[in-house]
Amino acid sequence: MGKDSKLSPAQKAYQQVASKHETKRPVGINCVKAFIFGGLVCTFGQLIQNGYIHYFDFTEKTAGDPTVATLVFLAALLTGFGVYDRFGQLAGAGSAVPVTGFANSMASAAIEHRTEGYVLGVGSNMFKLAGSVIVFGVVAAFFVVLIKMAFFEL
Amino acid sequence: MLVGKRTWMFEKRPVIISSGVIGGPFEKQGALANDFDRFYDDLWCGEKSYEQAQKKLLEDACQEALNKANLKQEDIQFIFAGDLLNQITSTSFACRSLSIPYFGLFGACATSMEALALAAYVVNSQGAQHVLTGSCSHNAAIEKTFRYPTEYGSQKPPTAQWTVTAAGVGLVASQGEGAVVTSATIGKVIDEGLKDPFNMGAAMAPAAVDTIKAHLTDRNLSTDHYDLILTGDLAKIGRPIALELFQQNKISIQEDIFQDAGLLIYKPDQPIQAGASGAGCSAAVTYGHILKRIQSGELKRVLIVATGALLSPLTFQQKESIPCIAHAVSIEHQGGM
Repeated sequence: MGKDSKLSPAQKAYQQVASKHETKRPVGINCVKAFIFGGLVCTFGQLIQNGYIHYFDFTEKTAGDPTVATLVFLAALLTGFGVYDRFGQLAGAGSAVPVTGFANSMASAAIEHRTEGYVLGVGSNMFKLAGSVIVFGVVAAFFVVLIKMAFFEL
Repeated sequence: MLVGKRTWMFEKRPVIISSGVIGGPFEKQGALANDFDRFYDDLWCGEKSYEQAQKKLLEDACQEALNKANLKQEDIQFIFAGDLLNQITSTSFACRSLSIPYFGLFGACATSMEALALAAYVVNSQGAQHVLTGSCSHNAAIEKTFRYPTEYGSQKPPTAQWTVTAAGVGLVASQGEGAVVTSATIGKVIDEGLKDPFNMGAAMAPAAVDTIKAHLTDRNLSTDHYDLILTGDLAKIGRPIALELFQQNKISIQEDIFQDAGLLIYKPDQPIQAGASGAGCSAAVTYGHILKRIQSGELKRVLIVATGALLSPLTFQQKESIPCIAHAVSIEHQGGM
């Protein structure tokens, strides 16, 4: 846990006792579950996309947007019904990584802060969790573009 | 009267003449459902926000205790109570409608016994005849304050604990029928440098052991003086740690008399990870389940050790460790000395 040097010997001794009794996160199983459930979400998304191409007037390029919109809508709906958090407990990162996780983080924050009104509650808290995804997404994109330009344009 | 370093003996034997325990829907499905007075089937408790719902729980529990004792608000001199929300608003708002002179307390999940210790002290020193005391917590309100939005799909680790939706209140009186409060030991703030807010049991266990040790030393007792030593919310991780600490401190304790409210309140098949927590946990279990067992004579002497983690969401984000506290109060059957 980082700066262990600040701990006294007694604290260190206690933390050894404590960590012995701590139930560790089942990281291996969590990874497998995340892989399977995340994969299922993506497979479901692929089915939706194929449906848009097959039954509607979309091409492989243009079907992406309505597919994402459908998944976001479904995730928000399931969040409202109080189901998505249970799925999250089971699927872990498998529920967080796809676009559905992003939708859930916004919808759940919006629901949570409904009691504080639309402006100060819903509006300002909606991006409480999703905000850092956007910030670091934009920052990362900026640097990736710089690297891309350095390699391919110069 | 002070004995030892930090223990009060209540020689006038203040009595808990009645109690009120209100729970939410999840507690209704729990293991101690029979020991609650009433449940709300809906987390909103008929209010517009979860914070108000938490207030409602405490209000109702107080009213229940008053009704059972056949007393009115005017008959109560003081109320000692608290909760976990910022500025303990739920408790203060509940006391606005109760209109009883009020001491608002914050000791995180240890508030229940902090309040009972002070209430008993005031009654014992003839500062009052009737004092209400209790604490409350509401799962959704507390999750919102301390963690993520309730509907956010984050995966909780196996060390996490489930915040109880409940309020527990006791009415302490100078005389009457009921379990008597005999002594109280006040805890120190103990910090072993743990930082994981999803593992409160491990952070709080040393505080519980420290207070129990002080209690036994001050009163010159061994653990077998008690039929039951009940910690507040150490749960699956904290309880075995505490048992190991007892061994290290050469305090002998029988495992079956050392129990935890956070492990009693729910059924094992409920999805609560390591166990229950919250200011309402120790309060509801003590004023419901434990008082019943004392009154029936099944338990003669019980030591309740409520445990609290004194962190805030801010201190956690600033990478501070989690300071913890535990307060112990002994409650006994009226007949036995």
